[in-house]
Amino acid sequence: MNPLQAIGRVFLAFVGTAGRLTLFALNSVRHCFLPPYYPRIMVRQMIEIGYFSLPVVGLTAIFAGMVLALQSYTGFARFSAESAIANVVVLSITRELAPVLGGLMIAGRVGASMAAEIGTMRVTEQIDALTTLSTNPFKYLVVPRIIAGVVMLPLLIFVADIIGVFGGFLVSVYKLGFNPSIYLQNTWDFMEALDVVSGLVKASVFGFLVALMGCYHGYYSKGGAQGVGTATTNSVVSASILILCFNYILTEAFFGL
Amino acid sequence: MEPKIQLRGVTKAFGPKKVLQGVDLDVAKGESVVIIGGSGTGKSVTLKCILGLLKPDSGSIRIDGREVTAMSSAERDRVNRQVGMLFQGAALFDSLPVWENVAFGLLSRKICGREEAREIAVRKMALVGLKPHLADSSPADLSIGMQKRVGLARAIATDPEIIFFDEPTTGLDPIMADMINELIQHVNREVGATAMSISHDMASARKTGDRVAMLYQGRIVWAGDPDSAEAAANPVVDQFIHGRVDGPIKMQVRA
Repeated sequence: MNPLQAIGRVFLAFVGTAGRLTLFALNSVRHCFLPPYYPRIMVRQMIEIGYFSLPVVGLTAIFAGMVLALQSYTGFARFSAESAIANVVVLSITRELAPVLGGLMIAGRVGASMAAEIGTMRVTEQIDALTTLSTNPFKYLVVPRIIAGVVMLPLLIFVADIIGVFGGFLVSVYKLGFNPSIYLQNTWDFMEALDVVSGLVKASVFGFLVALMGCYHGYYSKGGAQGVGTATTNSVVSASILILCFNYILTEAFFGL
Repeated sequence: MEPKIQLRGVTKAFGPKKVLQGVDLDVAKGESVVIIGGSGTGKSVTLKCILGLLKPDSGSIRIDGREVTAMSSAERDRVNRQVGMLFQGAALFDSLPVWENVAFGLLSRKICGREEAREIAVRKMALVGLKPHLADSSPADLSIGMQKRVGLARAIATDPEIIFFDEPTTGLDPIMADMINELIQHVNREVGATAMSISHDMASARKTGDRVAMLYQGRIVWAGDPDSAEAAANPVVDQFIHGRVDGPIKMQVRA
């Protein structure tokens, strides 16, 4: 085959996907501001994303905090700066680790299930059925998930912040022998509002990205069980990459010079 | 009299594949038309174009004399309110119990409250032979025959003026298929709705259709009374109805 042809085909496919995704995103956001709403479904999605993800995100956060304390101790002990551990833990957890690791876990847990559910609805004609029952599938399926993601992820990550810092505290106090009250005092003194707020804004953006990817890949899935499988994989992979990419962009926007 | 549904020169292509090449069809008010044709001849595409799930490349589709191909989605939604559709695989929402499936159109348009919607749902379920105790079960627990009945109950729940049936009897045993046929007949003759079905089951077409239209190579090649189809001079219709291997349709498969 002509190599130029191959390059052209890949390029066109890429441009086509980018355009379709952009239209999908704009359409979703537009419908977020137009009634009717489906509060029942929105609440169900919020419970699914917020409440049922607590164990996964909590475990992720506590181990991240613990390992962070342990590793920074190893590093800082070399130039007797152990007292900075509290600072490092709270900064890393609130700014980076809780939102990014939490977001990735949500991409795996929630984004995948969204893609699988909407994808199955697509291949079993349930989405067509919605249209014939004069219900807009965007409003019924996409909007509740996106709003739930944008609203619930910051709450979830706020809890993860607390649990992550607590994980660092546990290791510092019970393994490394720090004084608990001094450790807490250090944590509190070093923490700034912007650290937490920037993390929560990131979480909200990640929630949007996860829900958008889950819905997009599900909505355009085709070809039965295999198509739904592909959609699920793609939603998790693309959401994860977008989370890491937007994490850099947002960090640059908040703290860049 | 103005036809309820009117198709003129409807074409639709997917890439290089020209599926519809100028479909002309009129369906009168209260009439039941069955579109027959082999697999992959564009029966479903025709139906999806009329429903607005696909946009035809050219041609005109009128419902009640109003052009629907150029409508905004809000207008389209209003037209769809008088339409019911039974999908081939029933397409029930598996996250909702049976009664909410049946009452979906009522609830989403806020025609009535949940209590009343449930009552209507149970009444419509009775109409298609479903017992009230099934109202709270999940659609996934029902057999495919039962699911089709729930789908039919959902299609008629809002008393639509037009009902579409996509392969209503495919995949059912002969007795269940006949039951569905009778239900379609009932909806068409007694409720007075205009019906449009696609099928490749001649027995079903004969029973439910006032008129049969044969779709072949993207066009309606023959339309008429189901009984006269037997004696139709058209070789395509003749071959399809008698299910012969030899004839013009096979030539197409080879090419």
